[in-house]
Amino acid sequence: MSATAQITGLNTYLDAFSRRQQTTQDEPAWLRHLREDAFGHFCDLGFPTTHDEDWRFTSLSALVKENFVSASESPAAVSVQQIAAHRVSDSAARIVFVNGRFSTALSDAQTLPQGVRAGSLADIIASSPASLENHLARYANIRNASFTALNTALFEDGAYVEVERGTILKKPLHVLFVSTAESAAAMVHPRTLLLVGENAELSLVEDHISLGGGAVFTNSVTELVVGAGATVSHHVLERENRNSFHIATLRIQQSRTSTVRAHSVLTGGALVRNNVHPVLAGEGAECLINGLFIGGERQHLDNFMMVEHASPHCASHQYYNGLLGGHSHGVFHGRILVHKDAQKTDAKQTNRNLLLSDDAQIDTKPQLEIYADDVKCTHGATIGQIEENSLFYLRSRGLDEASARQMLLLAFAGECLDRIEDGPVREYMEQSVDAALLGASRYQGGQP
Amino acid sequence: MSLLEIRDLHASVNGNEILKGITLTVNAGEVHSLMGPNGSGKSTLAQVLARRETYEVTSGEVIFNGKDLLEMKPEEAASEGLFMAFQYPIEVPGISNPYFLRAALNAQRKYRGEDPLDAMEFLPLLKEKMKLLEMDERFQSRSVNEGFSGGEKKRNEIVQMAILEPKLAILDETDSGLDIDALKIVSRGVNAMRSADRAMILVTHYQRLLDYIVPDFVHVLAGGRIVKSGGPELAHELEREGYGWIEPALAGAR
Repeated sequence: MSATAQITGLNTYLDAFSRRQQTTQDEPAWLRHLREDAFGHFCDLGFPTTHDEDWRFTSLSALVKENFVSASESPAAVSVQQIAAHRVSDSAARIVFVNGRFSTALSDAQTLPQGVRAGSLADIIASSPASLENHLARYANIRNASFTALNTALFEDGAYVEVERGTILKKPLHVLFVSTAESAAAMVHPRTLLLVGENAELSLVEDHISLGGGAVFTNSVTELVVGAGATVSHHVLERENRNSFHIATLRIQQSRTSTVRAHSVLTGGALVRNNVHPVLAGEGAECLINGLFIGGERQHLDNFMMVEHASPHCASHQYYNGLLGGHSHGVFHGRILVHKDAQKTDAKQTNRNLLLSDDAQIDTKPQLEIYADDVKCTHGATIGQIEENSLFYLRSRGLDEASARQMLLLAFAGECLDRIEDGPVREYMEQSVDAALLGASRYQGGQP
Repeated sequence: MSLLEIRDLHASVNGNEILKGITLTVNAGEVHSLMGPNGSGKSTLAQVLARRETYEVTSGEVIFNGKDLLEMKPEEAASEGLFMAFQYPIEVPGISNPYFLRAALNAQRKYRGEDPLDAMEFLPLLKEKMKLLEMDERFQSRSVNEGFSGGEKKRNEIVQMAILEPKLAILDETDSGLDIDALKIVSRGVNAMRSADRAMILVTHYQRLLDYIVPDFVHVLAGGRIVKSGGPELAHELEREGYGWIEPALAGAR
């Protein structure tokens, strides 16, 4: 990517930032400074290129040359019917954002139990911003990560969830991000802050869909702050249209003896980058990082894990399965960083991939950086195809080839889905996986 | 009309001819045993009949139930009523036993224009067959063959056979790797399936199985041909004399 292309590309964001500044005058000084700071870092950093080791397998040139306008500048009416199918059964609430803006009409967060607050981050900024100062952008990195910096500078809204200490929210919270862009390229920078108090429990779904066929650049950042002894299941479901760019960053901060299960299922988008960055900052914290990515056509799905062990006696287990057909390209980059004091770390990483066509591609890269001396770290990756033996076995019992294939793909995907403990959420995500697999097996010959 | 008619069947894998002219007729109600030394082509014949694509049929014909078997895909042969119990049953992680079996049964029923069975109709059937094969109920919740011992896998094959109720069952070395107790259980399961409208082909290296499942006919395969056929007494002869006499018989055939 040439320097000129970078600069032309940056003009779009310079323009967006100056417009943004006009609308953020009512924000508290600390937030305005934060945004200026973040934008400064973004300008210094620019977009990463493939020369950057962490972006080696993912070229952003298609994204950089596009001139995006803020999605919220062309708000579209979305009816309840249009999103009726996108509902987790028996959820505690569904919070809906349309083109980056909270929709009161489509959301139903009125009936939440005591000790739980869920809604729009923009509303909190307008009503009681002081409560955010200790958390917002205190974890996600604006100095070295340009997309996080850009999000921090430009975000308009996103979900805000607070679960007070000792409060157990049994039913899942569903956060639905809808984009409606039809033709003009639109961008949205959702910012989500999830605060879970000591010994509290939360299960939450971040769900991204597009109703239109236009190119949308979603650059989402979520900070999940987990108190001591708390348990959180976080689920990401990405199934936007095949013209979309989707950069997601999940930054998790874990206190002692907390448990986090971070699940992600990626099936949509033209270019997806899924950053998951937990920091196990308190003794005895545990983290499960579980993911499934299903690609077809020319999709590019990049998963970048950065698991940081900062305290002793913590455990992290990463499991990612990739299923790639057509000309799709998958990436799994699993970095484990064990700090000097994080003795007795137990870190495990497994990445399994199935290639369904000759033209599909996977790059998998483990990266262990260990500064403590008493740790257990393992990693493993496999790349395979559907076993002819298994296929014949199923067919010899009467299943036709397409059904046998679909069954084997579902089984492979099932390894990941089975780790999702929240039943209604698992079922919800399974539906998307079933649909995506039908698509993927259709493209397995490499011919659309 | 016979159930299975194999006429001068030749088959190769990777250009090596393994079956060199097999001719065999199997009628409904009959149990045939195919015996022979390693490499004689027994398992290849079983796989060709089950329509494994790895094997290329170079000449000959196979009529199954009045239709050209060699034109069928594996799933079509299965739906027409052909079942092969695998010598090495495949582990299929992530697919539960009942789910797989019900899907298979319903695929066959659909092929034959019958209504599918729902889970409520299917589970009692599965339970009954599993009991017959003395399989623990916990196998119900497990993935197909995953973590099963060799003997458990073989018993699971017979459970599948009992559910799918084929017209022709080919048991490919189902006795190998079984201890005597498991052998008795499997044999009981197989014998329970013997009927006037069902035929079986037992592929085996040893006579031991035939003490429990007594065949009507025994055929000896060597070098890709049937070199001798007879009644159950032929199996005992083989047990006494081994396969050593076959070499001269083969030489004579050339």
